Amino acid sequence: MSAMFGNNAPLEERLKKATTLQGRSLWQDARARLFRNKAAVTSMVLLGIITFLAIFGPWIWMHDYDTVYKDRVALAPTWENWHILGTDTQGRDLFVRLLMGLRVSLAVGMVATSVSLIIGVLWGATAGYIGGRLDEVMMRIVDVLYAMPFIFFVIILMVIFRDATAGKPALNIILIFVAIGAVEWLTMARIVRGQTITLKSREFIEAAEAAGVAPFTIVRRHIVPNVLGPVVVYVTLTIPAVILAESFLSFIGLGVQEPLTSLGKLINDGAKDMEQLPWTLLVPGITMMATLFCFNFIGDGLRDAIDPKDR
Amino acid sequence: MKLSGIFGDMGTKISMFGYFLRRLLIAIPTLFVIITLAFFMMRAAPGSPFDIERPMPPKIKERIEAAYHLDRPIYVQYGYYLKDLARGDLGPSMKYKDKSVADLIREGLPISATIGGSAMLLSLVLGGFLGSFAAIRQNTGADYAVMGFSTTGISIPPFVTGPVLALVFGVYLHWLPTGGLDRGHMTFTHLLLPVVTLALPQIAIISRLTRASMIEVLRSNFIRTAHAKGLSERTVLFRHAMRAAVLPLVSYAGPATAALLTGTLVVEQIFALPGIGRQFVIGALQRDYTVVMGVVILYAALIIMFNLLADLVYGFLDPKVRYQ
Amino acid sequence: MLLKNIKSLTITAVSILALAACSGPDAPDNPDAKILHRGNSAEPLTLDPHLASGTWENNIIGDMFIGLFTENAAGEPIPGMAKSWTTSEDGLTWEFELIDTIWSDGVPVTAHDFVFALRRLLSPDTQSQYAALVYPIKNAALVHNEEATPDALGVTALGPKTLRIDLEYPAPYFPGLLTHYTTFPVPAHVVKEFGARWIQPENIQVNGPYKLVQWRTNDFVQVERNPGFYDNENVCLDEIYYYAIADANTAERQVREGRLDVNNDFPGRKMEFLHKELPGYVRVHPFLGTTYFSFNTNVKPFDDRRVREALSMALDRDHITQNVIKSGYISAYSLVPPGIGNYPQGAIVHWAKLSFEERRARAKELLMEAGFGPDNPLQFEYTHRSTGDNPVAAPGVQSDWNAIAPWVNVTIAQIETQILYANLRAGDFSIGDGGWIADYNDASNFLYLMETRAGPQNYANYSNPVYDQLMDAVNREMDMVERADMMKRAEQMMLDDMPIIPMWYLVNKALVNPKVTGWVDNIVHTHRSRYLCFAE
Repeated sequence: MSAMFGNNAPLEERLKKATTLQGRSLWQDARARLFRNKAAVTSMVLLGIITFLAIFGPWIWMHDYDTVYKDRVALAPTWENWHILGTDTQGRDLFVRLLMGLRVSLAVGMVATSVSLIIGVLWGATAGYIGGRLDEVMMRIVDVLYAMPFIFFVIILMVIFRDATAGKPALNIILIFVAIGAVEWLTMARIVRGQTITLKSREFIEAAEAAGVAPFTIVRRHIVPNVLGPVVVYVTLTIPAVILAESFLSFIGLGVQEPLTSLGKLINDGAKDMEQLPWTLLVPGITMMATLFCFNFIGDGLRDAIDPKDR
Repeated sequence: MKLSGIFGDMGTKISMFGYFLRRLLIAIPTLFVIITLAFFMMRAAPGSPFDIERPMPPKIKERIEAAYHLDRPIYVQYGYYLKDLARGDLGPSMKYKDKSVADLIREGLPISATIGGSAMLLSLVLGGFLGSFAAIRQNTGADYAVMGFSTTGISIPPFVTGPVLALVFGVYLHWLPTGGLDRGHMTFTHLLLPVVTLALPQIAIISRLTRASMIEVLRSNFIRTAHAKGLSERTVLFRHAMRAAVLPLVSYAGPATAALLTGTLVVEQIFALPGIGRQFVIGALQRDYTVVMGVVILYAALIIMFNLLADLVYGFLDPKVRYQ
Repeated sequence: MLLKNIKSLTITAVSILALAACSGPDAPDNPDAKILHRGNSAEPLTLDPHLASGTWENNIIGDMFIGLFTENAAGEPIPGMAKSWTTSEDGLTWEFELIDTIWSDGVPVTAHDFVFALRRLLSPDTQSQYAALVYPIKNAALVHNEEATPDALGVTALGPKTLRIDLEYPAPYFPGLLTHYTTFPVPAHVVKEFGARWIQPENIQVNGPYKLVQWRTNDFVQVERNPGFYDNENVCLDEIYYYAIADANTAERQVREGRLDVNNDFPGRKMEFLHKELPGYVRVHPFLGTTYFSFNTNVKPFDDRRVREALSMALDRDHITQNVIKSGYISAYSLVPPGIGNYPQGAIVHWAKLSFEERRARAKELLMEAGFGPDNPLQFEYTHRSTGDNPVAAPGVQSDWNAIAPWVNVTIAQIETQILYANLRAGDFSIGDGGWIADYNDASNFLYLMETRAGPQNYANYSNPVYDQLMDAVNREMDMVERADMMKRAEQMMLDDMPIIPMWYLVNKALVNPKVTGWVDNIVHTHRSRYLCFAE
């Protein structure tokens, strides 16, 4: 949610740099550079483990995320009954709830980012490629939307549809995806448009055109790789922003609904009991930090890999 | 567009003026679109401001709804709203029976603005300093420390830092108030924790931003030239590098405003501050249509203004930019 | 350039700060003034007694205005503006003699102020949301709905200090009702002069111990001593600040910091912790409130008594109140909370004595009798309020129901409180959570909720002619013992039909600094500031 949380400027700066790349072995070079970056590699491994646990953990673990153990309310972490991270104030296993929360938060992050990606890429590419009056109109619309206090619109969107989706957890989460994704695409659209316009006038494309290379081939061999770089960086940096945005919605009570949970909701619940039951805050808090750290390091690594000038 | 076409060949100053004028002109339809969207979205939410716990006799409810034109078709209500707005009247609050929207904004805005402004200032100064420091000492322990702090700062939501700071400094140490104002007055001690809570993620972002652009600038040809000309390290840094490195910060002003507005919602709730952000959340949940509209308009205007200001400052700092 | 930049930013920030510093008048504090800082759970939407509807508004309004009756420190009705009164034999006519007292501007308080106030309350133009409370007054409902002119209202000034009120039916709880803010007098001369703005600090005149000085939205309301108050010499505190702090955790931190002397709530789950952390602060006392779920008895399968009984039996209230919410709520097996006025306890669901395991087994049997089973699963949605302890209880409720049998499948839906109440009134729900807090201390204030004529407030749409007849008779009965017995029979009848699931009786929770004296825990949770003081 860069428009909301305001970290899209560094992004645009980074992307500007990332646009200057070219060449055939671009991706091999980039990959090699990325794999030399220890922080990024460690993050990718860790994130892989986290994602794996989030997807499969809730099925494998011996406790269910919504099973209430009446005699085990608010237990500290213990080996007994395998409540390795303790239980919450309802008497539910905190480890499996953590995995569930991770699953929801990662899903919200990825789907909302994809939504913004699809809208943003289509919008930006169309505006940039066709240009002229259409470009003017389309970018004016983006300008108008940029001036919106978006957090307010997300709140209003949630308020409108929340009661309608109450009791349908899946629908409710989709709503969060859409609300956040609908906010997020603006930056993407600007970036892709800028890219497309620069590329259109680049010598190697003009040369390819002059040589009679088919437009589709030009797009595939020259435009896509060049747009893809910044897009990948954008994605790795947007997912954490979206996860934070979801946690913000949970804080004001508009996030996912019980018995489902998310990292933000777990943290928010834990923050209320931080003095008596510190682990209910620490466990999801540290997990969230670790996850966001991973995304940030991967994003940095990718940016450096694609744009080696910086190192 | 036309205006800049007229002024375009009369020199940069004029074209800048034209650009400014054009942007101002665009701001009006922009605001109009936002008002329209917000109006219809808010009315689409289920419930009405007069749904309360106890039922009212139907006649009384009708009477109340008529007083706010809620009995009329929505486009008529929209017309009424625009008419009032054109006269500068934001209307009465539908929930706070003894207050108008203007009253509420007048009371809440100074507090939100002070918190937001101070947080912005703090994060610019501290973030700028930390970022430059890290850039100059690139790839040293200091650099890693700053970047580690920065990544942490982005990763902890303010609704965790807020209560933790309040507990530690307010309850355990008794150094600072845990929240509220000094009987309606803003004092340094009362605002310190909220401002720090709000500024932390911004410090993190700004320090990363500054570091990145500083590194780039320090490597660029004109700095090398400056060094080669034998200018002192200090002059190079402050005269040349800083100026170039500050550009991304300026273009960050618009998004930063939006981010601070979001942040104030959280901080005001945690520290029980009577700002405008809290007013908005309560208003949205209670369906106080007019209050929600008032705050949306106010914040949209603020964002437009800061975006415009940022562009102008950018132009002054970077001679390469042409206003068109 | 950077420096220049920072300089201009500094100037901006300083000017913002300067702008901010200008706001709010400077009230020089008398160093000897005794000032109480009270946490008050929400921002008052109004301070006009005729428009108010919240307990947090009552806390302030009742410190500024005094009705014919008022509360003592224990929350019991005592005479306020009324010096003496007589009641006719049929209980329908009350005649009050008023005490000699003045509004804070020196104008005498007269019977005309009362007549003016009640007519204003019932005028549709006032848009009062709470006026229905005074419907026991003769013709009040007609006047409110514009079916009678204001002068038909059964409130008459027989002289400047003599007021007569005629009732529709004898209401033995009438003195208690007269402590309610809707019945308060307002200064007719001020309201006429300033209209809706009469309640603003610069215009307001009061007849109570405190007068409004400052009202900063979402921050605080400040009142100061009214020297013209008739019992001023017994009032200890000079100024009261009521802070609107909705977040109980934030309020708790402020009490621990010492910024608040009193807060009328605390996070229930922290009770034990707070007992240790703040010895002597924690106050918990039964309250006149019940949380109960309503069945929508109009829709299948909740039209079947067996289904309703099964679902009610299957909830482990003790677990939810003692292990999850933990703030001292008492498991409820009836609608009317214990300790309420004019009522012996006794009505109770017939299965209350069974163990929880027996109840769960019985619930399964009942549902199978009603035709549910593996081939015909029971599925429904339970909606609950988004505020208070209700979201905390929801997962336990869902899990208890799902545990009856594998073929019971319940989803939960959290809905904003104000919207949920609207849905309950419109019959747009299956099982919905709701609550009731008494307006005055009499059991009939709970039992009328289940009358057919309660209409939208009877969420379950329970309609039992025998119950209605009994409640009708209750309103006319003068003998208090007989009346109580009739109410008990009515409640038992309703509980046997089980249109609702009583969940728990509320408690009132407060954090009170031990140096504050005069705070008496009471069942109505009304603590007027005039009785409070600081220990030397």
